[in-house]
Amino acid sequence: MNEILEVKNIGKKYQNKAGEVQALKNVNFRVKKGEFVSIIGPSGCGKSTLLSIIAGLEEKTEGEIYIESERVEGISSKVGYMLQRDCLLEWRNILSNTLFGLEIKGIKTKENIEYVKELLKKYNLYDFINKYPSELSGGMRQRVALIRTLAVKPKILLLDEAFSALDYQTRIMVTEDIYSILRKEDITTIMVTHDISEAISMADRVLVLSKRPGTIKEIHKIDFEMENRTPINCRQNPKFSKYFDCLWKELGVDEK
Amino acid sequence: MKNNGISKERKKYLNKVKKNKLLIILTQILILVGFLAIWEILANKDVIDSFITSQPSRILKTFMNLKSNDLLMHTKVTVYETLVGFGLGTILGVAIAIILWWSKFLAKVSEPFLVVLNSLPKVALGPIIIIWVGSGTSAIIAMAILISVIVTVLEMLNGYLKTDKEIIKMARTFNCTKLQLLTKIVIPANIGTFINSLKVNIGLSLVGVISGEFLVSKAGLGYLIVYGGQVFKLDLVMTSVIILGIVAGIMYGGVLLLEKFIRK
Repeated sequence: MNEILEVKNIGKKYQNKAGEVQALKNVNFRVKKGEFVSIIGPSGCGKSTLLSIIAGLEEKTEGEIYIESERVEGISSKVGYMLQRDCLLEWRNILSNTLFGLEIKGIKTKENIEYVKELLKKYNLYDFINKYPSELSGGMRQRVALIRTLAVKPKILLLDEAFSALDYQTRIMVTEDIYSILRKEDITTIMVTHDISEAISMADRVLVLSKRPGTIKEIHKIDFEMENRTPINCRQNPKFSKYFDCLWKELGVDEK
Repeated sequence: MKNNGISKERKKYLNKVKKNKLLIILTQILILVGFLAIWEILANKDVIDSFITSQPSRILKTFMNLKSNDLLMHTKVTVYETLVGFGLGTILGVAIAIILWWSKFLAKVSEPFLVVLNSLPKVALGPIIIIWVGSGTSAIIAMAILISVIVTVLEMLNGYLKTDKEIIKMARTFNCTKLQLLTKIVIPANIGTFINSLKVNIGLSLVGVISGEFLVSKAGLGYLIVYGGQVFKLDLVMTSVIILGIVAGIMYGGVLLLEKFIRK
């Protein structure tokens, strides 16, 4: 079976002084190994919450998560997570930043350090390993953050609006970069974004969440029938605007 | 210095910056020298009563006569008490801040007490300390600790609690323990806060020591100031105040040096 993740009947209620909020309800979907799935939805629909639940950072009120057919509770070492900001530690140099996860997990072995160094070499960061984050550009910093996440060899990568803090031009370049890294390393990815075109340009499938309480409204298969697909050449493909229109309507931005 | 490759405008700009800096320092020196000169002249011409105001030349004489008043010994005592108070106050303050960061419950519980203790003038506790700790060096050090510890706790705790939530989330994605969070994220992220609180504490510890010496001591610059005042030896009082100023400056400089070292 090449299914890597199953999200089953996930529900989430928040409690606060004002009362109860049902953020997610009956969320079901599966992800295949190596697949790239984007999740979009109106703001406040709970898409980031969903990602946090998959990562084990937040508790769910209902449902189960299976990774490689094993039921997961709490933070799983099979899942890597990237946030909106790169969250590099300014007081550590680049190498030390990329080794952070290994250090926390207590697996900073010679072999793993070598692996990280290989990644840094492969993605043109090796010359900067003794520099500090403040000396790097936004795009490079995001690449360092990705390598920090990949260092612990996750089976699934979760991207939570991971590019939205970057300016437009950098963003396009970084998406291009990160996409190619993820494809080369064959990493299964789930990306939450508010940007429809970003979702289409990278994903094999796009999940559309409804308004709160968020639940899966529709799943769209994205297929540009291209070899060597990259986010930029997807954007230039004639099918792109068709997908865009379709998802735009699906999101129901105009609806009151 | 590379000189070639610098444009005329750049050179002009750099010169201007340099000039400006020099001007500021010169003005500062001028103010100091002018003040001393006027003081000296007025005292010499008997416009002001040097018995009450003392005068620079007499202060200098007292200063040169270090031995006769045991100035060096008194300075050493004050410096020793300040450093011990400063060190213990800082360590204790940071330790309490860490405990309160660790337990949100304790932090909430202790909040009103800390706020009240913080606004209470610690000098008012002087007599209580003397009765509890005894009148001597330990009472003075206790005073210095008391005066700096609460501020340290509040400032450090505030810094710890305000540590970037996103970075904490990032660390949590690697399943980090609370201890790791503390040592690898929270403490290093707050080095700036720590240095700031060192800067504040060095001054506060001096305040604590001097007010402690006013109350109980048999030695130290605070003692000299009180003693000098009582026997109307204004030369001695002024000299002690000036030495105190120098000591404070040097200690602050030490913290700046430490900052440079840490930030490297």
